[in-house]
Amino acid sequence: MSREHFEENFYVSGHTACAGCGQSMAVRIVMNAAGKNTMVANSTGCLEVFSTKAPETAFGLPWVHSLFENSAAVASGIEAALKFQGKLDDIRVISQAGDGGTGDIGLQAISGMLERGQDVLYVCYDNEAYMNTGIQRSGSTPFYAHTTTTPKGKYSHGNPRPKKPMVEICAAHHIPYSATASVGNPKDVERKVKKALSIRGPKYLQIHVPCPLGWKCDSSKTLEVAKLAVQTGLYPLVEYEYGKLAKVTKIPSARPVQEYLQTQGRFRHLLKDEEALKEVQAVADKNIEYYGLK
Amino acid sequence: MAEAAKLCRPGVVAAYPITPQTHIVEHLAEFVANGRLKAESLTVESEHSACSVVLGSQAAGVRSFTCTSSQGLLLMSEVVFCVSGMRLPVMMICANRAISAPINIWNDQQDSIALRDSGWIQLYAENNQEAVDMVIAGYKIGENPRIMLPVMVCVDGFILTHGMETVDMPSQEEVDAFLPAYNPPFKLDVDDPMSFGLLGDPSVYTETRYALHKTLEEVLPLIDSVGKEYKEKFGRDSIRKIEEYKTEDAETVLVAMGSVCGTIKDVVDAEREKGNKVGLLKIVSYRPFPEAEIVKALAKVPYVGVVDKDISLGAAGALYSEIKSVLGADKKISGFISGLGGRDIKLSTVRSMFTDTKKEVNPCKFVDLNKELLWDEFKV
Repeated sequence: MSREHFEENFYVSGHTACAGCGQSMAVRIVMNAAGKNTMVANSTGCLEVFSTKAPETAFGLPWVHSLFENSAAVASGIEAALKFQGKLDDIRVISQAGDGGTGDIGLQAISGMLERGQDVLYVCYDNEAYMNTGIQRSGSTPFYAHTTTTPKGKYSHGNPRPKKPMVEICAAHHIPYSATASVGNPKDVERKVKKALSIRGPKYLQIHVPCPLGWKCDSSKTLEVAKLAVQTGLYPLVEYEYGKLAKVTKIPSARPVQEYLQTQGRFRHLLKDEEALKEVQAVADKNIEYYGLK
Repeated sequence: MAEAAKLCRPGVVAAYPITPQTHIVEHLAEFVANGRLKAESLTVESEHSACSVVLGSQAAGVRSFTCTSSQGLLLMSEVVFCVSGMRLPVMMICANRAISAPINIWNDQQDSIALRDSGWIQLYAENNQEAVDMVIAGYKIGENPRIMLPVMVCVDGFILTHGMETVDMPSQEEVDAFLPAYNPPFKLDVDDPMSFGLLGDPSVYTETRYALHKTLEEVLPLIDSVGKEYKEKFGRDSIRKIEEYKTEDAETVLVAMGSVCGTIKDVVDAEREKGNKVGLLKIVSYRPFPEAEIVKALAKVPYVGVVDKDISLGAAGALYSEIKSVLGADKKISGFISGLGGRDIKLSTVRSMFTDTKKEVNPCKFVDLNKELLWDEFKV
């Protein structure tokens, strides 16, 4: 891949992501919205593995990966170096990871970065499980989803716990901006990245990204599946500013959760179980009420 | 030590407090607070993040500094390996301290020894003057464009970190003249974007490790040349691979690292006055390991004893095993485990090690054991 390929795109094709990978689509939107004057610290995970196998890279921005749980701290170091060099007015710093690298193993480093007030945008690509190791449950796995470590079974509906509320955990640090987005709405992702990068200080953006392999959904329907998560109320799109809910994407006529669940094999076991369906619908209803999505 | 780090003008400092390292980072924070050091000082939430921060800042092209000890070093150990693998010449002071359990804040060298295979240059200081010199010269060695490796300056916790000692502190002008500004061949740069820390599959991984190993071998002659330059500029011979103390005609030589070498030198002087032919071989550079110099220094010595402030449990002391491996099976070598968890190594302890070395070969002898604390079957 020669330098010319990166003139307009800062994340290019040729990488080895699966067909229909939602994360890869979101990365392209984020990188291009951020633009040339950006440095990226990347945690270990699917993205790092499929985009940067030596001697190739899909990134046209200065990019660094070291470990699984530390991209927030590495980004903090880059931010400090830029500050020391007097370049922080011109160069933005992004730290990015999957949901496991963010809300589970990376939580401490993220909290430190936010609490120190570092001028970094943290982007979590939320595909709701450890996909790189083969679909194990993370703290971000949704209620009743089947994963290899929360399998459905005679005594199990799948993951017994709701998603860890990372956007609220970050907002609780009273940072300038903490938001969710969905790759199903690329323009909204782009707007939120640009908005976040226009603000100085720590920012958090969590993007819902379907994983066709892990979710057992049609790889040609990634965006449709992502949209349904938003339209059912199972993935609320919200924006917090300085700890307060500032904006939400309204869903005046929410779709029933079955419409979303039936697109994915990870929820198939719920479709003929009316009680379980009611419980998942209750999660969506609670979101709609809590965030005022109607 | 904080003063020495300051003289090297690091742009980013990140560390997490841990006894007995804490006052080093406190002093650096003071320097930043009162403007004596122009740097970003980050108060991180763990040692893992301390090392990750300096990884990031060094990758962005800024000279960086961290320091830690014991559990802190182990917590950041994952990052420690990454820093060398990514060829980032970070400087770290390790205030050597014992490892839990049982929890113990006092000195031994188990922490840095546990990370000997990490690809860092490891230098062990006998006193605070050497520690000062090693920080300044260490940056120069690690930042050599052919080397690009991190350096760990190991200083015995409390014995050195909390000891009062008069040191000759170079001036800022002298250090500036010796240590050029950090200008790495590769860094994160928006005008020349590159990717760092890629996935290395089986087709390339071995070569990266081979390159690291060969580069560490190249550090050995560099220690000589930088040490020579350091001596010319600052008048001290502290940057070297080994120090031979009265070994030429010695019958019995103890091999050791760090502050215990001072104690051993006192015993050597006293024993020499009595006509006993004893000496000390001080290992300064543990990584890279100066095999040729060690073999040469001990070639004619009939009895060799190795002092370890660490133990590879189930085997023997780490330094003992390595000295044994380079000297061969025929050589009479004893190994002593001593000074663990802050237990004093007294003059009498050193004298008994010299005596025992000559008397019988014991590969792994724990010295000064309090037998009252042991099970009966362990009392032999």
